[in-house]
Amino acid sequence: MGRKLDPTNKVKRGPGKKAKKQHGAEVELAKFITDEEEGSKRLSSRARKRAAKRVQNVEKPKVVVEKQPKKGFTDENSKWLKPTKRKRKMDEPESDDDSEDHWEEEEDEEEEEKQLMQKKKEKKGAKLGLKKLEEEDEDSGDDDEEMIDDYGTLDDGSEDEAEGNSDGEDLLPIERAAKKEKKLKESMALGSDEDDDEDDEEEEDEDDDDDEDKQKSDAEDEDDTIQTNTVEVDKFRLPSAEESEKEGILSLDLKTVHQRIKDNIDVLCNFSAKREEGKDRVEYISLLKKDLCTYYSYNEFLIEKLMDLFPLSELIDFLEANEIQRPVTIRTNTLKTRRRDLAQALINRGVNLDPLGKWSKVGLVIYDSSVPVGATPEYLAGHYMLQGASSFLPVMALSPQEGESVLDMSSAPGGKTTYIAQLMRNTGVIIANDANAERLKSVVGNIHRLGVTNTLVCNYDGRQFPKVMGGFDRVLLDAPCSGTGVIAKDPAVKTSKDEADIQRSAHLQKELILSAIDSINAASPTGGYLIYCTCSVMLEENEWVVDYALKKRNVKLVPTGLDFGKEGFTSFQKFRFHPSLRLTRRFYPHSHNMDGFFVAKFKKFSNVIPSAAAGKEEEKTEAPEAPEATDASKQKSSKSDKANKSKAGGLQQNAKANGTAVRKSANIKSTGQKDSNTGPKKAKIAKMDEEAEKGTEAKKPAGKSPNKPKASKTGKEGGKFDKKQGKKTKMHMKGKNRMGKNKFKKLKHKWQK
Amino acid sequence: MRPLTEDETKIMFEKLSKYIGENIKLLVDRPDGTYCFRLHQDRVYYMSDKILKLATNFSRDKLISIGTCFGKFTKTQKFRLHITALDFLAPYAKFKVWVKPGAEQSFLYGNHVLKSGLGRITENTMQYQGVVVYSMADVPLGFGVAAKSTQECRRVDPMSIVVFHQADVGEFIRNEDTLT
Repeated sequence: MGRKLDPTNKVKRGPGKKAKKQHGAEVELAKFITDEEEGSKRLSSRARKRAAKRVQNVEKPKVVVEKQPKKGFTDENSKWLKPTKRKRKMDEPESDDDSEDHWEEEEDEEEEEKQLMQKKKEKKGAKLGLKKLEEEDEDSGDDDEEMIDDYGTLDDGSEDEAEGNSDGEDLLPIERAAKKEKKLKESMALGSDEDDDEDDEEEEDEDDDDDEDKQKSDAEDEDDTIQTNTVEVDKFRLPSAEESEKEGILSLDLKTVHQRIKDNIDVLCNFSAKREEGKDRVEYISLLKKDLCTYYSYNEFLIEKLMDLFPLSELIDFLEANEIQRPVTIRTNTLKTRRRDLAQALINRGVNLDPLGKWSKVGLVIYDSSVPVGATPEYLAGHYMLQGASSFLPVMALSPQEGESVLDMSSAPGGKTTYIAQLMRNTGVIIANDANAERLKSVVGNIHRLGVTNTLVCNYDGRQFPKVMGGFDRVLLDAPCSGTGVIAKDPAVKTSKDEADIQRSAHLQKELILSAIDSINAASPTGGYLIYCTCSVMLEENEWVVDYALKKRNVKLVPTGLDFGKEGFTSFQKFRFHPSLRLTRRFYPHSHNMDGFFVAKFKKFSNVIPSAAAGKEEEKTEAPEAPEATDASKQKSSKSDKANKSKAGGLQQNAKANGTAVRKSANIKSTGQKDSNTGPKKAKIAKMDEEAEKGTEAKKPAGKSPNKPKASKTGKEGGKFDKKQGKKTKMHMKGKNRMGKNKFKKLKHKWQK
Repeated sequence: MRPLTEDETKIMFEKLSKYIGENIKLLVDRPDGTYCFRLHQDRVYYMSDKILKLATNFSRDKLISIGTCFGKFTKTQKFRLHITALDFLAPYAKFKVWVKPGAEQSFLYGNHVLKSGLGRITENTMQYQGVVVYSMADVPLGFGVAAKSTQECRRVDPMSIVVFHQADVGEFIRNEDTLT
């Protein structure tokens, strides 16, 4: 039986032994060679060659040929070696087995062979390919000659060069000159770095470049060589148009695509240094985009969005993180058990778990489990809830207090709802709403399983909400979204979303957030808070919506109370958001190992809160509310909102708005302008602008004319300051003033006309 | 949503008393507030009056669940307890059955409790008495009806049924759609 195996084994063993031997030989050889040959001959020869080339292009081939015979040979050797040359290829294996003592002879052989080859090549360039092949065989066959072979290939390179030059003889003088220049440049650029390989490749590249210059039809072939080279040299080049066309037909394998992505990003991160001459960043980006789409199988739209959102290095992390599942996490139901007891019970069932993190006292991470975690008796008895770590965050930010009334606008499947209930210890009231009746079944199941008794489940569209019931202390709006933060959970998102989807959900979110705000009772002694969260990373569904709400309603952002996560964007491309958006929090799969998530916490202003700040706020509300009064279409939605406020205050404001019409309009206009960050929405501002302009033009003679002469900015500013000083913080004033100025300039122009 | 009628109250309380006996009183008169039963779409819900008041805001067809669902009236006007009532049955239960860890799973899949899986049983349990089933770790798992009295249980062979299954917490998963 052993014998049967032997033949195959032998074959394998043979080269292995040889290899061992040869490794030793290599070392020795290397010493000698570097001393004698490499140092003096090879390098110098190449340097000389290059120098010669630079000096005299025309005569180069001869120089190369003549130099080599001089180098290596004693006359004796050449005598007896020459006849063997032809056989040599056949005899090679034998020469491999020669002891190291004969290395000199071998070398000589080698060199002679090279010479021969050179001659041959010179005779007929067509044979070149064959020769190379043979040499490659040698390379692969024996390590002993590796070093020498290297020279062989080097020589090939030089020969290529030589050939190129001989070809170059066919070139026009101008072309030659250009070539020369190029080489000079590159050598300069490399400085003293005279690594043979690199030189070779460079030279090849140069040749390629020249060829490209000469004839574009050859470009494809040349590019292939470039490609292989670039991988080794770590210098990334964009594939030509033809190549990319080819790719369209023959899809590249993912490995090369991956490599290319890496290289591309490397270049893009250090663009000025590593870019290819004459290529735009745009070209690199578009290639990268295409590669990412193929490698991670996203659609182009989503990749584009993500590229805008993340710096390139982070983008890859994000995309990679989306390929991996997040760890399974559970939340202890403190209504029924304690975390320690639960952990013990689960460990006894063969579950491997750990506390989730410092930030949560109820979370556990499940590493692996011998039983299904979603069907243990503990689960069925309601001792815990399977819930992503990111779902803890909005509820922690909401921090509901005992005895409050809380609205969970889109509650399915009830994870956050039950968490709220457990934080409230089953006191107060929770309204769990969801638009989808089917999904509400899981809410009901979970509520009962976890022993939550203070919850009322209803099935409304969230947008109807303030009409159904308002006056909540806190509202949690986990808005429906595109799900770009949970791609790991649902990979369908990768390809199914496009611009329209994002816009659609953003629109829905804006409607929902307004109705959510309207459902809050700002006068609540403990609350008046709204948490807005999405499992999307898109700006359109997060910051934009929040900013919109800030402009539309009397809310301000407050710290979420989450001490980790990244700050929300305050400016992004063309968007400029209110600076307080820094208080929102973003969570990413790659940096926090939880689903992508966004959390923003609003506080609704109140007229009733008996503090000094409240007074200021009250006045501040004028601006946003007054426009609403003029805006008939918006009244409906804001009605309940106003109703929640103390009626007296609201009436007062209204009265003011109606009574001091002239002053007011000017006032509104200016405050509106100044507040554009904080107060009313832009659309309204625009409207108000128009109105105000009309109004002021009409009323100019009556009310404003006395002020007009003073219209110099300073005068007006001063007046504004005096009026508003009590109302705003300094920062706001600044913004106000600036805006006011601009506004005023505009107005001035109008008036002048 | 409406209060239960006399008949309905009687039927339901009779059913409840099988499990918790006179402890029903504790359900109705609670020190921490007023609690009451309400009928909504044939189902009986148990809730505090706070929620009850708020529930008037919602139209009947949009209201899915209020407080805790105890069970439902069948078309023949019998009352059927749901597993969701377990939270209120377990603390007040008069007769209890504990099942061994090996038999837990079987019970949670809807099977009767066999003698072999019986860990403990309350003394003096009568035949056909309503019992709440616990695991040995005192986690309530469901409820059922004693098939044998405690005395008989001692004698019967291991494969005979001692508790008929009525409801178990596995239904939270199995019958999620029909819980309410």
